[in-house]
Amino acid sequence: MTIDPITLSVIQAGLQQVCDEMDLSFSRAAFSPVIAEANDRSDGIYSAEDGSLIAQGNMGLPVFVGTMQYSTRVLIEGIAAGLVADPKPDDIYIVNDPYLGGTHLMDVRFARPYYRNGKIFCWLSNTGHWPDTGGAVPGGFSASATSVEQEGLRLPPVRLFKEGVLDREIYQIICSNIRVADQRIGDVQAQAAALKVGEERLNELLDRYGDDVVAQAITELRARASAQMTRYVEEIPEGTHSASAWIDSDGVVDEPLEIRLAVTREGDRLSFDFTGSSAPCTGPMNSVLATTLSSVYLAMRHIFPEVPISAGAFEPLHVTGYEGTFLDAHYPRPVSGCAAEVSQRIAEAVFAALAPALPDRVTASPAGSSGNFALGGHDPEKGRDFVMYQISGGGYGGNADHDGLSNGCSTIGISKAPPVEIMEAQFPVLYHHYALHEGSGGAGFHRGGFGLDYAVELRRGLATASFVMDHGRTGPQGALGGVDGAVNKVRVIRDGEVHIPSHLSKEQDIPLAPGDVVHVRTPGGGGYGDPMTRPAEAVAEDVRLGRYTAVQAREMFGVVLTGHSADMAATEALRSATAG
Amino acid sequence: MESGQVIGCDVGGTFTDLVLMDPATGEVRIAKVPSTLDDQSRGVMNAVAEAEASLPGTALIVHGTTTTTNAVLERKLARTGIITTQGFRDVLELGRRTRPQAYGMKGDFKPLIPRDLRLEVPERMDAEGRVVTPLDENALRAAAQALLDLGCTAVVVHFLHAYRNPAHELRAGEILKEIWPNPYVTLGHALLSESREYERGVTAAVNASVQPILDRYVQNLAGSLESGGYAGELLVMNGNGGMVSARRVAEEAARTVMSGPASGVMAAAFTGRAAGIPDLLTYDMGGTSTDVALIRNAQPAVSNEIEVEYAMPIHVPMVDVRTVGAGGGSIARVNAAGLLEVGPESAGATPGPICYGRGGTEPTISDANLLLGRLDPARLKSVEGGVTLQTVRDIFAKKLGDPLGLTPEQAAEAVIQLANVKMAGAIRMVSVSLGADPRDFALFAFGGAGPLHAASLARELGVPRVLTPARPGITNALGCLVADLRHDFTNTVAQPLDTLDMDALADTLTAQAAEGRALIAREKVEITETRVLHSLDMQFIGQTHLLRVELEGPVISREALQAAFEEVYWKRFHVRLDTIRAAVVNANTSVIGTRNSLDPARLIPAEHRKATLAEALRATRPVIFDGETHETPLYRRDLLPADAAFDGPAILEQMDTTILVPPGDRVTTDAIGNILIEIRGAK
Repeated sequence: MTIDPITLSVIQAGLQQVCDEMDLSFSRAAFSPVIAEANDRSDGIYSAEDGSLIAQGNMGLPVFVGTMQYSTRVLIEGIAAGLVADPKPDDIYIVNDPYLGGTHLMDVRFARPYYRNGKIFCWLSNTGHWPDTGGAVPGGFSASATSVEQEGLRLPPVRLFKEGVLDREIYQIICSNIRVADQRIGDVQAQAAALKVGEERLNELLDRYGDDVVAQAITELRARASAQMTRYVEEIPEGTHSASAWIDSDGVVDEPLEIRLAVTREGDRLSFDFTGSSAPCTGPMNSVLATTLSSVYLAMRHIFPEVPISAGAFEPLHVTGYEGTFLDAHYPRPVSGCAAEVSQRIAEAVFAALAPALPDRVTASPAGSSGNFALGGHDPEKGRDFVMYQISGGGYGGNADHDGLSNGCSTIGISKAPPVEIMEAQFPVLYHHYALHEGSGGAGFHRGGFGLDYAVELRRGLATASFVMDHGRTGPQGALGGVDGAVNKVRVIRDGEVHIPSHLSKEQDIPLAPGDVVHVRTPGGGGYGDPMTRPAEAVAEDVRLGRYTAVQAREMFGVVLTGHSADMAATEALRSATAG
Repeated sequence: MESGQVIGCDVGGTFTDLVLMDPATGEVRIAKVPSTLDDQSRGVMNAVAEAEASLPGTALIVHGTTTTTNAVLERKLARTGIITTQGFRDVLELGRRTRPQAYGMKGDFKPLIPRDLRLEVPERMDAEGRVVTPLDENALRAAAQALLDLGCTAVVVHFLHAYRNPAHELRAGEILKEIWPNPYVTLGHALLSESREYERGVTAAVNASVQPILDRYVQNLAGSLESGGYAGELLVMNGNGGMVSARRVAEEAARTVMSGPASGVMAAAFTGRAAGIPDLLTYDMGGTSTDVALIRNAQPAVSNEIEVEYAMPIHVPMVDVRTVGAGGGSIARVNAAGLLEVGPESAGATPGPICYGRGGTEPTISDANLLLGRLDPARLKSVEGGVTLQTVRDIFAKKLGDPLGLTPEQAAEAVIQLANVKMAGAIRMVSVSLGADPRDFALFAFGGAGPLHAASLARELGVPRVLTPARPGITNALGCLVADLRHDFTNTVAQPLDTLDMDALADTLTAQAAEGRALIAREKVEITETRVLHSLDMQFIGQTHLLRVELEGPVISREALQAAFEEVYWKRFHVRLDTIRAAVVNANTSVIGTRNSLDPARLIPAEHRKATLAEALRATRPVIFDGETHETPLYRRDLLPADAAFDGPAILEQMDTTILVPPGDRVTTDAIGNILIEIRGAK
């Protein structure tokens, strides 16, 4: 029996809705603002045989697009090998081990076997970013960790819920090893309840269409998604498209790390070869394989958003050459930077390689950093310790259609930045400004978007500042003749003296006293196309609005201004002289 | 009840609708004329003429307008400047750091106020409301003058932490009163006194930049009405489903954004109350999008956190209408995987569906309905462009049928089926995100295309019945006619429940109610009943999302409130958290003045009704359901007997919409002209 294409479309929409509803339920009930506000979570349905991705929520954090199928596979293999306890109905496994198909320790995965007629039909799984899982620093982003033990508590797959009942003993072990443990029960219940919602909705779908029909549809949809991605792959010119992306340093050893990528299109096959990328590093900028693969997939989905999130869509994509590089880290390499930073640099390498091949679809590189600034200390006025996180956006790349978006969120995230008023209400800080990073958009026919420029003062008590950012050494890459965006700049003004982090974008535990100021300017997006072809009026408008200075207009775009208007003759002369 | 005629009039994107009610005779008159988008008041006057309304004999006119919505969405705004805290002029452009879609690195954002009209002055409060830097009054005067020199008509003053201490904004307001040549001055804290500088700033900027536009429009309309002899009050619908006098509406112009959708939901609530079906999911399907809202106990859900488009939060109370991106114009295509897709692209109004004859060549939902016989193919005769049913068939064959291996009719049915699945999914998400199970509600279908899909959607959602009002195509105008006076109040409490002063809480709620009653007493409108609704927004400490707990009255014990919150939480999430403390974040009161406005039975005149079903039958037409052709009776709805009851398939036709009843579903009518469709197999 073959399934008619209409039933297929209807079941596809049905599976998608199951996942979307899990996403919604998880966010709304969660306590952690990282999940509830920043949507740092994802929910999906995975195959019973090998964990491959059947469907995943549209509102999930993009970096998780490919990870849970690996963690589910490892779980299934572990059960088969007798390394993990056998599942029973209503069990929920918990796991956060990065090396078992994960990201960093803070991304905690739940997996629930979904039974029909006594057999596992598929797995429901979700990931939520917990605010803390122990380790050297609150929040888990230690810029100087040299092994995973320093990053926090590592959980192998164990059954946290046994036949629907929370195992208090395992839970107590977890709570004894993490910070702000008293609120975690709310997140645990929210994460478990989302899977229960998924089960109920999936029951309805299967009851309506029949288990066999849905199972067959899942197989067919996978084949169709693969065919769809293949059609897009065939848009890419045959041959090899290469690019590199650079990480400033690993936070411990002050040397840049290279992601070297050769994308080759050969017939219906697209391969991503990372041979020649840097070796595993000492600090936490290693990536585990699941995250590396997921980063490639999310970059491709940014380029082709029409393709459904399904294992089939990944089939034509072949990732190779990662063995022995920092993109395939093994125990005990520290990995806290993989989800937030390395993943974005991998996506940048994909964008940079494919922009010349797909000039209408791919943008110049976006800022591509989560801009993590953590401030921890004691507030004497409120008599309590605090940890403040400022995440921030940056400029997006110019593209065939328009200039890049200013202050866009990270490539791998979809989260909102916290308001200044909320930060000042919760922490002993005062922002001096929160503004566009002027001049930061990379020059191009369509320029990059602008980054963020903020300065924040510690008002009272003592505190330490830590930074896990990137693009301090080189800016986000321009495309098709466009120029790189401005680099990330961190300045710490202590007692009037300016301190620049030795690794530019990364440093841990810089002591601050009242009156000290942290000044951050995030990267601008890469420019797209030759800046000497940008209409002079558009440059003049940017200058009128204070986005660039008149000097920058001349140097970056070859545009000469008289007052707020472009001097067309002088511009023409300057541009042809430059071209000559 | 008012002594003269009462008129409700709603201006939509395509049509201006008017409902007139004469309390003396009980007569109801209806008019539908094309909207005049350059100056909406002309369309209103045309509708008045069409309905043969006597303006001197009219006691009250209530008006719903899209003036402000359109101005915001199309960025056709008054030239507006903002004066803000030094260092923060880019807040309106930086937003909250997101992108328009989760996937895809393209996307653009245009701030409401351009950078050169965003000026800074030295001043600063901290989060506790203490002055860090005093307001530099000279700088403020200079900034105001600069904005005037740059040609600004309206101005916003938006200072950090003004929700906590508005002293600097108030002082700036005094100074501007001397300098600014018109009343278009918006102080950030005045409309929304809550923290979050982006949301508050956008709300204030929207207000300022639509103020002159709304003011000019309303004054213009009032002038036209006055020259027509109208001496009564002109009221304008707000987005919260309440009304405000035209004389004051521009002061808080941002509140009128979403006025049109709110009217429709108010009419639904009114109809549901009258029909004894108080729990409704409203479903208004138009050409490019569909609006969905939830009504519990005849009371529409109202939210203070509506985002009208990407990065455009307007945080004033509005009826919580969610837009789903599917409408009659949604385009169907076969994608690269060989699978059928419907939407999100839409043919819009131009070129529109193929059957509009305006050059559309992409198959849409409306075309599919036509091909299946669900819409009257005779309509094609009236369109320009020489489109025939065969034209539509050919396009369906070429673009959908051939690639899918289906006949054009099968392809059309597949389009409808998939569109219904997707719309049902979207409606379900709206309902779940508002904490409701759609199966506990009836579907209230209106708008031109709503009643055509409602029964199938209801089946998809597990909703047991569909309520279609007497006049689905003029629901918004009816909403104006029946709307209440309404004032909403929110005070921030932000206290753990176990240390909360319950007496102070009761005092807050009581004071809110008193203020609302006083405001309602000021309006020159007759009220039959004043209702006061109290609620608290609560959460477990540590959470960011809020759950609303409704109260019977202002006084409640700590224990009862804890229990009520836990009950609401359980209902929503099926989670009990007995070790975590609860907190009260906001105290809310809505004061609603109900008018005895309309006898809904008059919307379909009883004298037109026939005695038997057979007499209402106009013709029959072949219509395809589930692959089979049914010779389907076409009834004229206005002629249906008051006690009609029959099974589908059937099509009920009326001036403003077409109601489709699939085979097996049961139709009944009620005393006030509603059509009820009981869904076969639901529940």
